[in-house]
Order: sequence, then structure tokens, then C-alpha cells
Amino acid sequence: MSDKVPAAIVGPGNIGTDLLAKLARTSTIEVTAMVGVVESPGLDRARAAGIPASADGVDWLLAQDPLPRIVFEATSARAHAAHAPRYEEAGIRAVDLTPAHLGPMVCPAVNMPDHLDAPNVNLITCGGQATIPVVAAVSGVVDVPYAEIVASAASRSAGPGTRANIDEFTQTTARAVEEVGGAARGKAIIILNPVEPPMIMRDTVYCAIPGDVYDEETTGAIAAAVHAMVARVQEYVPGYTLRADPQFDPPRPEWGGNGRVASFLEVRGAGDFLPEYAGNLDIMTAAATRVGELIAAELGVAA
Amino acid sequence: MRPTIAHDVRITDTTLRDGSHAQAHQFTEQQVRDTVRALDRAGVEVIEVSHGDGIGGSSFNYGFSHTDELRLIAAAREEARSARIAVLLVPGIGTVDDLRRAHDAGAEVVRVATHCTEADVSPQHFGVARDLGMETVGFLMMAHRTSPEDLAKQARIMVDAGCQCPYVTDSAGALLMHEARARFEALVAEVGDEAWVGYHGHQNLSFGVANSVIAAEVGVKEIDGSLCALGAGSGNSPTEVLAAVFDRLGVSTGLDVMALLDAAEDVVRPYLHRWPKMDRNAIVQGWAGVYSSFLLHAEHAAERYKVPTHEILRRCGELGLVGGQEDMIIDVALELARRREEG
Repeated sequence: MSDKVPAAIVGPGNIGTDLLAKLARTSTIEVTAMVGVVESPGLDRARAAGIPASADGVDWLLAQDPLPRIVFEATSARAHAAHAPRYEEAGIRAVDLTPAHLGPMVCPAVNMPDHLDAPNVNLITCGGQATIPVVAAVSGVVDVPYAEIVASAASRSAGPGTRANIDEFTQTTARAVEEVGGAARGKAIIILNPVEPPMIMRDTVYCAIPGDVYDEETTGAIAAAVHAMVARVQEYVPGYTLRADPQFDPPRPEWGGNGRVASFLEVRGAGDFLPEYAGNLDIMTAAATRVGELIAAELGVAA
Repeated sequence: MRPTIAHDVRITDTTLRDGSHAQAHQFTEQQVRDTVRALDRAGVEVIEVSHGDGIGGSSFNYGFSHTDELRLIAAAREEARSARIAVLLVPGIGTVDDLRRAHDAGAEVVRVATHCTEADVSPQHFGVARDLGMETVGFLMMAHRTSPEDLAKQARIMVDAGCQCPYVTDSAGALLMHEARARFEALVAEVGDEAWVGYHGHQNLSFGVANSVIAAEVGVKEIDGSLCALGAGSGNSPTEVLAAVFDRLGVSTGLDVMALLDAAEDVVRPYLHRWPKMDRNAIVQGWAGVYSSFLLHAEHAAERYKVPTHEILRRCGELGLVGGQEDMIIDVALELARRREEG
């Protein structure tokens, strides 16, 4: 028996498979089960990697002995809502990659330490993981009355769930820009682009800077904070980069007297199972892995 | 399922929506009232009023609205005696909550817009629109970027979701006449008598009106125009020209040509920031297939980063940017500026 923390992945699709590759590289987590509800290539891939896998769902998982201590869920909001109370009852910590949003919204570079003891944490959205660190960096320097993020992703990387409820992305991300990023008001936009070869995920973060504090000292401090935050995210998403230095525009009447900082990000995936261009999916699995490691460390201390 | 159309074709006027791009989203309530009154008097049956990028479009990325669009929609509704007010909704930018608010403010028609290959982000919005009892149109934007056959499949997705009129939306003003015709025919064949087919043109290569004539010939029933061509890029097919041309062709529209000429000349022309025209930048948009509303944003980035506007636009075309990616214009300008510095 290794001293790694045992964990399960529920949802053996592309995300679950990519997550398995990332978790396998950690020194603190051991994936002991991959769970689906029908036989699928994802379950076969897990078995080929030597991971016990079952198509009998959470019933099977909860009958295992020992139980996993962490479950990563990459199914759907509805499925996770059904499973979450059962995980909690069994004392299993849940890292939720679905849009269920039952637990606090977390971004590992920003607020994970606040929620280390939560039974269930949610990873917001891909666009949120990519942009909220920058909003948080800026709001750590000045009050941000308004922040707006634009996420552009390759059409091929947007699955049917995202497409059927694209409003869920914009609304959830906007809320997280406020609650996690620290902006007084948030807005989120998502664009799908079908260009071939597929575009690498891009994110732009605009933050309003109050006109009365807009000066060289402030912009210098904001630029430094953004660079430092990008380096922090790079620790768990190596392909997360700024395309250019943050761009500053002085206050304008049509911006309500605010100035603006614009940060242009590229998110290149690690190419574990998902293709490199799908940085939007990679940043979710990378963030989940980071969150898992932090929880594992916490559990290790507690044990 | 499809609404009754009283004439051979129905013209939707988008001066107060596509024109919002050309006016940098600075429409005032008075301008909206005056324009709606004049259009209504001239017999226009559907008048679109929204931020250029649709409801919810007011933003850093696309420009903030001078006046809240819900106020503009409500004002338009008050002025319209027989015309109905339409709004644009781009999923990913606006949401069904924005749609409900627009409906409450008086919008009766919604035009849900997606890139021409991404229609499957629209069913959520069509569903809500139909529940609200709104008439529905589907914009398949940048229609030059996919084949007629694939465009028809995307139109099918929209129609199955509750869209009463999928549009061939030539956002870049890039469709040559034979390309436009092939798309009209493919959509008309696909939707049969389940829905109408529409056309939204831009004048970047001067084909907006010519393509509208072809559209009417092959059974397209809804056609867009703007007074004084007021719209993104070099503007839309001018409503007053469409009315005059269809009158000469004996294609009934129910429009009063003289009243539209007065509306263009006396109401819209005085408030134009500039008359949309086929200058170098706009022609590059049609030629390179660039989303028309990139024009003003590219001009601003050109000034800020000291690189030519038309070079920015060409690069946007090379990168295959789609509608909504206005943020990438700054990124492109930065890249061009860096290249210049490096010599």
C-alpha cells in the first residue's frame, strides 16, 4: 500500500482520461478507480493503464473497500448533483469539474487555501480558470469596479454540453470574476472559432482602473502583479503565457472615467490526452490536479 | 410555423442595430425615436434596435453603449405604430436573461446569431424566444466561411430549434454573386415550407443590393437593409436603394420609396458620424473575408500602435478570426508593431 492518497475519477470521457494522465504524475495522489455508467473507450484506456474501472457507476465505487478519499467528477451537472450527497455521506472529498456549482468556486492560484476543508469544491469554468487569476492580481493592487473576460476556444474543443447551455458559461464565469476575482461587476464572453488548424485557446482580461488612482506607479504595480500571477499559474499550467505585456489605456469618459488594463493570454495544453490546442480543457484538468494535490496534502496532515 | 409575409419580400431595417457599429454604439434616444418614426411611416415592418453586437453587447470589447439599449428598445416600441421591433442576440455575448428583458421592453422579434458553423449554440435561445411568443430569425454569420451544403445543415439545426427564418448573413460582405446564389438555393431547398430564408448583406465589395436581387429571384423572403447603408464595414445594403430597385423590378415590398429617401436624407444623414463607404479598409474586409464590425476597432488599434489599419485587417483574415473576437485586433496590432520594430 502506497502512502499516496487514493482517488477516483468519475466520468471516463476525454476530460477524465486527460486528468488520469496528470494525476498519475503527482507524488501524492494515486488513482484507484475510473468510473462510468456504460462501457466506453475511456474505461478501456484506464484498464490498459492498470486502473480498476467499472461501468456500474457510483454504486460500484461506494462499495469499494477501501473507499477513495477524493473523487474527481467529470460527468454532468445533473449527475454530480445526484452523486455529491453520497460522496459527502461517505466522507469523500469531491472536486467538481462539472457546472453543478454545489461547493465554493475555486481557482488554485487565487483562493484554494480558503476552501481546503470544504467537502465539495467546484472549478468554475475553463474561461474562469484562465482569467480569474489576472482579475485577482489587478484587484490586489486597486479596486476593480468592472472586469470583463473574453475566451476564444477552438470549435472542436467545445463539447455538446457546453454548446447546449452556453449561457451557463457566461453567467457562471461573470459571477466568479466578481466573487473569486474581486471585481465589483463582472462580464464574460465566449467565442467558438472553427478555423483549421484549430486555434490555441486565447483569453483576454480587461479590468477597469479607477481614474483617480490611474498613474505610472499604479500601472507599474499592476503590471508586476499580473506577471507574478501568470508565473504562479504556470506552476500548474506550463502552457499559460502572456502574449504581450499588459496594455494600459488612460481614463476615458465612455469608460465611466476609468482607465483600463488589458491582458492577452494564451493557454496551450500539455497534450496529455487532449490535443494541445484544447487549452480550455487542459486548464481544467491541470487546475483539478492542483486542487487535488492541495487537498491530498491537507488530508495527509490530518491523517 | 413560418410567419405570414404580406409582400413578395419583407425588408428588415437594421440602421439602429448594424448602424450601431458605425456610430460606435453612441445612438441617442432622440435619434432612435426619429428613425423609427420615419421607417414606420415608410412602411417598414420590422426594425432592429440593439447594440451592434446584440443585446448585452455593451462592453470594453465591443464598445459601451451611450444609452442603455433597453431604453432605446422601449423608445422604439413607443414610436412604432405598425412596425415591430427586433433585437439581435449573439449567444456567448448575450443571454436568455437579456432576451427576456428586451422582450419586456417591447421587442417582438429576435435574431439569434452564431458563426456559420456553430448553430448548435442557439437552440437554448430559440427555445426561450418561442416560449415568449417572439418571432425568430437565425443569423448564420460569416456565411462565406462554409460551403452552401454545410450552411444548409446549420440552417436545419436552427429551424429544428424553433427558428422561423435562417439567414445567409454575409458579415464580411465577401460573397460574390454566384456564391450568394448557391447559399440561398441550398437554404431554400433545405427548409422547404417549414421556414423562410433571409439575406443580410454588406457593401464591402458593393454586392449588397445585387445579391438582394438574386435572393428575391430564388425565393428568399426576408432581406436586410440600412438607411444610408449605416452599418459595419462599408455598411449594409441601403434600405432606400432596395426599395427603389424592387419597385423597378415589380417585386412588392410594401415600402414607400419617397418616404425612405426622405428618412435617409433628412433623419439619418444629419447624425452620421461618417457615411459608410468603400475605402481601402472596407474593401480589404470584403476581399479578405473579415467581420465588418472590426473596422472601427482596427482603426483605433492602428492609431494606438502605429500600424496601418488595412494590414491589421488582412492579418485578421489570415488568422480566420470570427465575429466577436475584437480583442484579437489589439493582439494583431501588437504583433505587427513588434515586427516593425524588429525590422
